[in-house]
Amino acid sequence: MAEIICPASAGTLESSDVYVEIEPCAQGIEISLESVVKAQFGEAIESAVRETLAACGVERAKLTISDRGALDCVLRARVETAVARGRGQD
Amino acid sequence: MSKLVSSIREAVQLSGLKDGMTVSFHHHLRNGDYVLNMVMEQIADLGIKDLTVNASSLFDTHQPLADHIRSHVVTGIQTDYMAAGLGREISHGLLEKPVQFRTHGGRPSDIANGNTPIDVAFIAAPSADPMGNCTGKVGKSACGSLGYAIPDAMYAKKVIVITDNLVPYPLPGWSIPEIYVDYVVSVDAIGDPKGIVSGTTRITRDPVGLVMASYAAKVIEHSGLLKDGFSFQTGAGGASLAAASFLKDIMLAKGVQGSFGLGGITGYMVDMLRAGCFQSLLDVQCFDLKAVESLRDDPRHQEISALHYASPAQRSAVVDSLDVVILGATEIDADFNVNVHTDSNGSIMGGSGGHSDTAAGAKLSMIIAPMFRARLPIVTDHVTCVSTPGKDIDVLVTQGGIAVNPKQAELRQRLADAGLPVIDIQELKEKTERITGTPKPLPKGGRVVAEVISRDGGVLDQIYAKAE
Repeated sequence: MAEIICPASAGTLESSDVYVEIEPCAQGIEISLESVVKAQFGEAIESAVRETLAACGVERAKLTISDRGALDCVLRARVETAVARGRGQD
Repeated sequence: MSKLVSSIREAVQLSGLKDGMTVSFHHHLRNGDYVLNMVMEQIADLGIKDLTVNASSLFDTHQPLADHIRSHVVTGIQTDYMAAGLGREISHGLLEKPVQFRTHGGRPSDIANGNTPIDVAFIAAPSADPMGNCTGKVGKSACGSLGYAIPDAMYAKKVIVITDNLVPYPLPGWSIPEIYVDYVVSVDAIGDPKGIVSGTTRITRDPVGLVMASYAAKVIEHSGLLKDGFSFQTGAGGASLAAASFLKDIMLAKGVQGSFGLGGITGYMVDMLRAGCFQSLLDVQCFDLKAVESLRDDPRHQEISALHYASPAQRSAVVDSLDVVILGATEIDADFNVNVHTDSNGSIMGGSGGHSDTAAGAKLSMIIAPMFRARLPIVTDHVTCVSTPGKDIDVLVTQGGIAVNPKQAELRQRLADAGLPVIDIQELKEKTERITGTPKPLPKGGRVVAEVISRDGGVLDQIYAKAE
């Protein structure tokens, strides 16, 4: 279970993309979400992020998500990449 | 006699403008316009309050209007289009009285019939003579057509021409004649040329846009309307221009001799005129330099007034003779109602302009839009605002298929026979939501901040304050 050891990010602030920042956290998952489609997809985004973290085996991390209307698949890919970079694998 | 006065302030004073009156502006200088802000600053400084501003469109450059609303200089707005900056403030309840949105045809019709009388009209004129003959075709701030200003000049109680190119009397080739004009003011600059016309308007290079454009051109090709005498309007958006470019190739390959191109005119429409696709262009507004030059130099390129363009109250208007129009949308619903007033979050960011007028007039009204933008599907159960009623929309073209209004069964058959990807609009919605997910409905908004008035006068829909 590789921990998040350093701050890392993935994605861009272009329309239809999402910028994911991840950093170490003492315990649990903390997510702060800002999105142009928060009213329509806020809950869907948060649960997709949590699912992706669980699938990657991340139990402790702080994430800042700046969403510009990314599709679900884009969001999951950006989170996975941020996790890999936060583990020093990139 | 002399109509020339030394300043905007003096002209406003001479016009007799008082509290509670209506002033009007036109939008040919688009986001480069200085005139509305210069005039409103003088009006505010003179202490005049409680005015209604009737403008053919309002752009982000007109943001100072928000301060004039806060200080009660302006208490009413009537317009055909409002850009996102001011729109956001209106959507958050800036103005107590609901904004009245009209169409480019409904506005001049209501000015002409006295429903929305104008006390003082301000005409931004790229060239004028001291008696008020004026035109947009020449001058450092040349904008081409002055079509939307013509009804204001004809029907306002007082008319003030503001120019930055005063020429000796008589100005040849005027668009608005002196017979309507009370005062003329010469200023250093009426606008910023960079914001008035784009150097070039470009067709899209986005692959999704190109797929939509190619479908759009094929829909026209197989609609049964593409034959000698064909007439056409399209917008200045990248995909619409690409569609025009594909259509041009089809017309030239088939040797179709069209009749006219209409609307806000771009260089692409000028190319089509020069290539022989059309006999003439009818121009209520120029979008780029090439259109301005063509209007000035080519007698086949004709300026028309907003009344002539789109008014439902004249004996006829050009939109009544239009075959095909390509239009945009922020949302469209299963009944083909179209929203162009608000974004999907309910914030004002546009307006009908000529959307409903051309949709009502044209034999084929086509919406071209991507299946989704920034995760928000284009097809919804109910549009946030009805800008153009679905009865006037015939077909929706997306990259994921072409949805035909059920009332156009023959068109649907023609497109299917041509091998085009026809899809039911409900199926298109489901197909889109498989990619985007299903958006949660927005919370209901607060009080009415704007009303959308249909081109023939009734209230078509209302826009609500954004829920916090």
